[in-house]
Amino acid sequence: MGNPMKIRASVKDGVTEVKVLMQHEMETGLRKEADGTLVPAWFITEVKAQHQGRTVLEAQYGQSISKNPYLLFRFKGGAVGEKVTVTWMDNKGDTRTDEAAIAA
Amino acid sequence: MNTSRLTRMILVLALAASGAAQAADDSASDSDKIEAYREMISDGNPAEFDEMRGEELWKTAAGPNQATLEKCDLGKGPGVVKGAYAELPRYFKDTGKVQDLESRLLTCMTTLQGLTEEQVAAKPFASDKKPSDISSLATYVVGQSKGVKMAVSVKHPKEKEAYEIGKRIFNYRAGPYDFACSTCHATSGVRIRMQDLPNLSSNKKDAQSAYTTWPAYRVSQGLTRSFQWRLNDCFRQQRFPEPKFASEATVALTTFLAVSANGAKYDGPGLKR
Repeated sequence: MGNPMKIRASVKDGVTEVKVLMQHEMETGLRKEADGTLVPAWFITEVKAQHQGRTVLEAQYGQSISKNPYLLFRFKGGAVGEKVTVTWMDNKGDTRTDEAAIAA
Repeated sequence: MNTSRLTRMILVLALAASGAAQAADDSASDSDKIEAYREMISDGNPAEFDEMRGEELWKTAAGPNQATLEKCDLGKGPGVVKGAYAELPRYFKDTGKVQDLESRLLTCMTTLQGLTEEQVAAKPFASDKKPSDISSLATYVVGQSKGVKMAVSVKHPKEKEAYEIGKRIFNYRAGPYDFACSTCHATSGVRIRMQDLPNLSSNKKDAQSAYTTWPAYRVSQGLTRSFQWRLNDCFRQQRFPEPKFASEATVALTTFLAVSANGAKYDGPGLKR
C-alpha cells in the first residue's frame, strides 16, 4: 500500500485532461549508499488509468522515470462528475489506486 | 579540386554554421526552457505531499503533553495559519524575540507539546532516508499563505534591529574564500552554470521572486527544502561555519530578505530544478 496520489481531471470540449502526481521513491537499483552497498531497485512498472471501467491509458514505467512522477494525459469523452481511476504497480508487487471526479 | 570534394567542403561548412547557430540559440533560451519546464509541472508540485504531511503533524497530538499545534500562535493569534507566513519574521511578545517561521514552530513545539529544543532540532532538514517534522510543518504553514501579499514589518525596534543585522550579515565577507552573500547576489544578470543568480540586494523583482518561491521542492534532490535549509546551504557554499538551526543570525538574515520581498504575492511552496 503506497502513499496517496494527487489526481486532477477536468473536461473541456469533450476532451478530459488528467494530471496525476504519484508518490514513489523510484530507485534505479544503481545508486549506492555511502558505505558502498547497493540501494535495491524499487520503481513503478505499470500505470493504468480507467474511466468508468474503460481503460484509457496503460503505460510501462522503468528506472528512468523520476522520483514522485508526474503524468499528464488526455482522452476523448468524460463528463463532469464521472470518475477517473489511476493505478500503479511497482516491482515489489506493491500497488496503489486512487480516483478523482472530473471537474468542469 | 574536383566537384565532389568541393560539395563535401560546402556541406561541412554549412554543418559547422548551423551547429554554431544552434549553440547560440541554446544558451539564449536555457533559462526560458527552465521556465517552460516549471510551467509544465507547476500543478504537479511534489511539495504538496510535504504539505499534506505537515498538516497531519499540525493536527496530531504529540510530545510529552500529547498536544497538537492547533493553538500555536504564528503572529495572527493562536491557531491562525492562513496568511501567517506573509508576515514572518516578526517580533513576538511572549518570547521577546524576532522569530521566523521555523524558530516560532520550535517555540510552539517546546511550549505546547513539551518537547525539548534538542529533540525538535535533532532533525532540522529532510533527507533521503527520513523526512523532517519541523520542515514538513513549515511547508504546510507556508502553503496557507499562497497568494497573500508579503507584509513583513520593521516597525518594532527589535524588528528593525534584526533587519539591520541581517543586512550586515548579507554583506559580511569572511571565511576561507572571503565570501559574502552579496558576492553572488548583489549583481544583476549573472548566473552560476545554468542558474540565474537573483540580485537580492538592489533588484526588487529578483528579491521578491526568490523569496516568495521558497520553501521549494528540489527536483534534483527529490525533497522539499525549507528556508532554514536554504540559508544553511548558502553558508555551506560560502565555507562559513554551520549556523545553528533557527539561530538569531539566520532569523536576522531571513528578516532582511523577507522585507526585501514586501509587496509581492507569496507563491510557495515553489519548485526548483
